[in-house]
Order: sequence, then structure tokens, then C-alpha cells
Amino acid sequence: MPSVEILSRIQFAFTVAFHYIYPPLSIGLGLCLVIMEGIYLKTGLLVYRDITRFWIKIFALIFGIGVATGIVMEFEFGTNWATYSHYVGDIFGSALAAEGIFAFALESGFLGILLFGWNRVSKGVHFFSTIMVALGSIFSALWIVIANSWQQTPAGFKIEGYDLGARAVVTDFWEMVFNPSSVDRFSHVIIGAFLAGSFLVMSVGAWYILKGRYIKHSQAMFKVGLSVAVVAALLQLFTGHRSADYVSKYQPAKLAAMEGHYDSLAVADMYIVGWVDNKNEKTTGIKIPGGLSFLTHGSFSAPVEGLRATPQADRPGAVNFVFQTYHAMVAIGITLIGLTLLALILLWRKQLFNHRWLMWIFVLAVLLPQMANQLGWYAAEVGRQPWVVYKLLRTSDALSRKVTADQVLFSLILFTFVYVLLFALFLFLLNRKISHGPDVTEDEETDSEHFSKRNIANIPS
Amino acid sequence: METLLGLDLPTWWFLVIGGLITGYGVLDGFDLGAGALHLFFNKEESRRLALNAIGPVWDGNEVWLVIAGGALFAGFPLVYGVLFSTFYIPFMLFLVSLIFRAISIEFRSKEPWAWWRKMWDISYCVSSIFITFLLGLVLGNLIHGLPINKEHEFTGNLLTFFNPYAILIAFTTLSLFMLHGAIYLVMKTENRLYAKLTVLVNNCSKFFILCFILTSMATLIYVPHMTQAFKHHPELFILPLIAVLTLLNIKRNIDGRRYFIAFLFSAIIMSCLLILFAIGLYPNIIISSTDPAHSISIYAAASSNKSLKIMLLIAAIGTPLVISYTVFVFWTFRGKVKLNEMSY
Repeated sequence: MPSVEILSRIQFAFTVAFHYIYPPLSIGLGLCLVIMEGIYLKTGLLVYRDITRFWIKIFALIFGIGVATGIVMEFEFGTNWATYSHYVGDIFGSALAAEGIFAFALESGFLGILLFGWNRVSKGVHFFSTIMVALGSIFSALWIVIANSWQQTPAGFKIEGYDLGARAVVTDFWEMVFNPSSVDRFSHVIIGAFLAGSFLVMSVGAWYILKGRYIKHSQAMFKVGLSVAVVAALLQLFTGHRSADYVSKYQPAKLAAMEGHYDSLAVADMYIVGWVDNKNEKTTGIKIPGGLSFLTHGSFSAPVEGLRATPQADRPGAVNFVFQTYHAMVAIGITLIGLTLLALILLWRKQLFNHRWLMWIFVLAVLLPQMANQLGWYAAEVGRQPWVVYKLLRTSDALSRKVTADQVLFSLILFTFVYVLLFALFLFLLNRKISHGPDVTEDEETDSEHFSKRNIANIPS
Repeated sequence: METLLGLDLPTWWFLVIGGLITGYGVLDGFDLGAGALHLFFNKEESRRLALNAIGPVWDGNEVWLVIAGGALFAGFPLVYGVLFSTFYIPFMLFLVSLIFRAISIEFRSKEPWAWWRKMWDISYCVSSIFITFLLGLVLGNLIHGLPINKEHEFTGNLLTFFNPYAILIAFTTLSLFMLHGAIYLVMKTENRLYAKLTVLVNNCSKFFILCFILTSMATLIYVPHMTQAFKHHPELFILPLIAVLTLLNIKRNIDGRRYFIAFLFSAIIMSCLLILFAIGLYPNIIISSTDPAHSISIYAAASSNKSLKIMLLIAAIGTPLVISYTVFVFWTFRGKVKLNEMSY
């Protein structure tokens, strides 16, 4: 049987990866909902009220699964990683407590009003609740990313005790919160989430356009999604660069793994595509010579610290995995920029909704930001191995000492079974919701001038 | 040791966690109880009404558990690690039950098919009972004490958790949540469902009184360490006295159909019992049944004073906010439930 360490890592990776399908969607949808309902309040166009209501229902579905799978994450620290919990509790705990009290309570409290409050509160209060739910979901990402960033670039702490009784203790709260990577990583994560949510909105909008259903509604939602996506895709280029920058400064071994760069101090290349042979410490592929040197130091001839600078035991083992996930993420990011800019230009020329092939691409493109979000985390988390707290606590030392392999195997099988079921149900219900579509309020007079049917090529007669 | 208003910081944080767990019991207690009673309602409309009575608030209630878990992690990381890795299997089952309960509430109304709704009704009811039972089981084991050695390692096995005392506490928890949930539902419903619930409330209160008496006797006989504090502080005897008076008051108010007051009293009795539990534990959090010297005290488990001070500040800022919007949400959805197109 595999060791407790391997099983616990698989379980954590599996449960967190599954969980991470949902929060980015909630965060991105939250922003889209604020925009939709804001437009409705400003213009009074019923189309926007219809699509707000429609997306709130989908939001509730996604949010529900996100909360249910998120509670698992919180308790898994204690069940499987008791030594880690003791080590980081003083630091991680305050972030988690702040998340619970400032973020979860906010979003869960106001979600009730969002869902059931249409007839109970005024339009203004409902809009306020929408904003609170959206803010709550962003805050929860904030605190979780701060905690994770602290593990990548620890700051504002001291170590007390030794061996298995050792723990990190806060010395400066703000230094801990604003550790060297938290701002860059938070912005990168949150914009990734905006992309995930906005692409879901566009995907559904594009699907209705292709099917010739809900002409006004589909155009409205597509435009809301696109306005978020185009800004987010461009900003992501910037935050991505900032994140790479901090990695190069604070986690050189991770950066070296991302580009498969082994030589200790040499000019580093940047690969477009490639393959890493970790055994022989060789990387092959199509590359920009000196590209990584340029990116990190602004010069094509500057030396960059390679993997060999770090002892074998202290650097990630799965170099090719980090390389591939990182490159795939970057490739997707660039694709998203191209896609959203193309859509924007066509929208400006009033041709966007005529291009069926592009609409098909947008229907499928919902998967791209999801994949990029997942892949980015894989690269970040595998790339920092073998450390769970960088250069301080090894993943293998972080386990619960009394938990046995059969216990973890039992829970792993249990979660696999439950999550597969959950995912199937999620897809089934999402599909049903989408085919049911928004409940349309007929009000032709006010809306007709805003949505010209001439833009549509295939109107069912 | 640094103190604040005469109490040291670990004690303050012990009180914060106690407050959060009490808040969780009082709030999620009624929706878990409502879930446990769900299959007693036969008609589709009754089930929808019962579900929508907790609809806008259950999620917010569950957050108290998340906050309490976070607070335990933050303030007493040692206990968090020991507790959760010790109760590995029960906690995994607990988490799966939480997932099933959440999706049952969320998914049930999404399709009109009878088999679909029935499936989620059963899943909702069973998971609510499971969650309550497991919470009670953990509580019972904490009262009773766990076989913990000097290295804070658990030396028992899975069967250790299922000792008769813990099972009794689990049933008591279930009966109290069911009573609490039934009172809540009777406040929120009208007509035929209301009539049905008035009978149910009566039965629940009888079930709880029986459990209460058994638990009191078992605790006095088998768990002497829980009552030790009373020997040194006889003034604390007022608490069990309040609990008994409250219990009688619940019965009286249910008979008089003053359900809101009965609801307040069932919240008070829950708080009383948890305060008694906290007094029995203090200054320990995990009592070792192997040797009292191996028990984990709040001082051994606490985070640094600096961290505790930061978190007390966070709690001081956050708690009024949480309470204010909890009150706002409950106020928004006051009165009897009505079904509309956005309902579950």
C-alpha cells in the first residue's frame, strides 16, 4: 500500500483541485451579477433583471458546492496534516479566522437575500446584497491566498521550539499579511477567477445565440461577460509577469523548474514548447535563447540560478510536470487575450454575433480559464516541493502522526466516490438550468431599440 | 501572564470558541433539527414549506461551524491537530454528511420528478441526523475524556468513540436539536402543517426530557471530573438549576402555544448545557482518560499572546458585524413562510 504521505497528498490535491472548480466561478459570476443588476437598476431594462435572476440561480448551485467542498478543506488540515497545523496555526489560523468572520459570514448571510429576497426587500437593498456576496467571495480568496502565500514566502514570524514541537509564531501581523508574494499572487488568482466566471457567462450566451434562443438576453449576457473578460485577460498578463518576478526572487528553484533550467549560473532560455528529462537533467524544445534571463533581469545575457544550485533533496522532483503545467497555463492565457480582443473588435464592428464559428469557440472556451487556473496552481504547488512551508517545513514532516494508511485510503475512496457523483449531478443540473433558460419578461417597447435583431444572422423565422 | 480585564488571553479565546460553538448550536441546531424531522411530513407542500422555512438562513448558520473550526485552528492549533486526526473517520463521515445535506437542500427543488424529490428528502433527513449524531458523539467523547498518552497521541481505536456515554450524549443532542427545530418550524408555519407540528413539538419535548434526565444521571455517576468544579465553586450550582427551570418553562410555553418564548428557552438550555460542559473542561480542552496529567490544557495548546491579541481584535471587530447582518437577514425573512417562484 502507498505510504500515508503519498495518500494524504493525493487526497489533498484531489479535494482541493475539485473544490477549486467552484470558487473561481462564484467570484467571477459575483462580479458579473453586480454589473448585470447595476445595469438593470440604472436603465430599468427588464432584460437585465431576467438575466440577473437567471445567473443568481446558477450562482446558488455553484456556491452551494463550493461551500460544501470548502468545509472539507478546512478540516483536512487538522485530520491529515496535524503537525503542519500545529506548525502554522499561529499564522495561518488568524488568516482563516479572519476569512470566516469577514468573508464567509458576509457571503452566506447575504446569499439568502440574494436568492429569496426579491419580493422582501427593495431593489436597492437587493443590489447591496449582491455587492456584499460578491465582496465576500473576493475576501475569502484574499485570506486564503495570504495564508498560502505566507507558506511560499514566509515573513513576519519567528520559530519557537524545535523538532516536531517547533512552530512559527507571528512577530509582525502586517508583515505576515503583506509577505513578499501575497499581493501579486492574490491579484493573479482573483483575475483568474474573473476570467472563469465571465467565460461561463459568455459560453451560455453564445450557446443561446447559436440556438437562436433568447436573442436579447443572450446578447446582453455575452456583452457583460466580454466586458469583464477583456479587461481581466489583459490584466492577467501584467499580474502573471509580477508573479513570475516574485518567483524568480524568492523561489528560484521553482522558476528553474518552470523553464527546465538546470545549469547553476548560466544564461537561461525560455521555451515555447518543450520536454524535460529530469533524469539526465536536459530540456529540449523550441526556445527563445536567453528569454528567461531577459524576463527576470532585463538582459538576454544575465545568468539565472538553475536547479543544480539547490541540493537534490531540496528541489522539486517532478520538473517536467511543473514545466508542462506552467507552459500550458501561459499558452492558455495568451489565447484568452487573443480571443477576447477579437470578440471586442467584432462587437465594435457590429459583426460579433454573426460569426457562428466564433460563437462555437466561446461555447467551448469556458474550459480554458478553468484549466489555466488549475494548471497554474499545480505549477505553483508542485514547484515548491518538497516544502510545505518554503525552506522551513517539509511536506513529509507535516503529516498527522497517528493517522494510518488504511484510514486515508478509506477517506480517499469515499471522497472520490462522493465527488464523482457530485460532479455528475452538477453537470446534469447546470445543463438543465441552461436548457430551461431565463424566465423572460415581455416588454418589447423599452427594449427593442437597444437590441437590434439585424445583428443576428440566423433568426428562426 | 498577560491579562485582559482580569482574564488571561488563552481563557479569552476559550470563551470566544465557546461562544462560537454555542452560536452554532443555537442557529444550526434548529435547521439540523428541522432536517431530522423532515420525513415526518408526508405531503410535498409540507416538505417544501419546511425546507423553505430554513432556506434563506441555513447556509449562514453553518458558517458558524466554519468560524468555530477556524477559531480552534487559530487559537489552539495543537488541539485542532490532535482532535481532528484522532477523530479521523468520524470527521470524514461528518464532512461527507455535510456535503450531502448541502446538495440535498440545493438540488431537491431543481427537478419536479417524485423519485428525485424523495431521494433528496431521504438524503437530507438522514444526513441531518448523521451530522447531529456525530457532533453529539464528539461532544460525548470530549466530556468523557479520550485515551491520550504523554505525546498527545490517541491510543484507542474506532470502537473507543462508540462508548455508551458518548452514544447517550449523541441521542441527547439529537433530541435537543429536534425539539429546537420543531419549535422553529411551528413558528414559521400555519394551517395544517402547523397543527401537525404542534403535536410533533410535544413529542420532541418528551423525548428530550427523557434524554436530559438520563444524561444528568449518567454524568453524575460516570463522569465525576465534570462536576469537580462545583465542589470549589458552589455558586455554579445556579447553572443546572437554570437548566431545569428552563426545561420546565419550555414545556409550559409549548402547552400554552407561546412558541417564540419556547424557542428562546430552548436556546437558553442549549447554552446552559454547553456552559456546564465548558466549566467542566476548563482549563483543559482535551481530557485524557488514561492519566489526568496527559490532558491538554488551553495554556499548553494556545497560540502566542501576540497572535491571540490580533485574533481577539479581529473577533471584536467582526462579531458585531456578523451579528448585525444575521439579525438583518432573520428580520427580512420574519413571519410565516410563503412559497413563491424563487422558493426551493
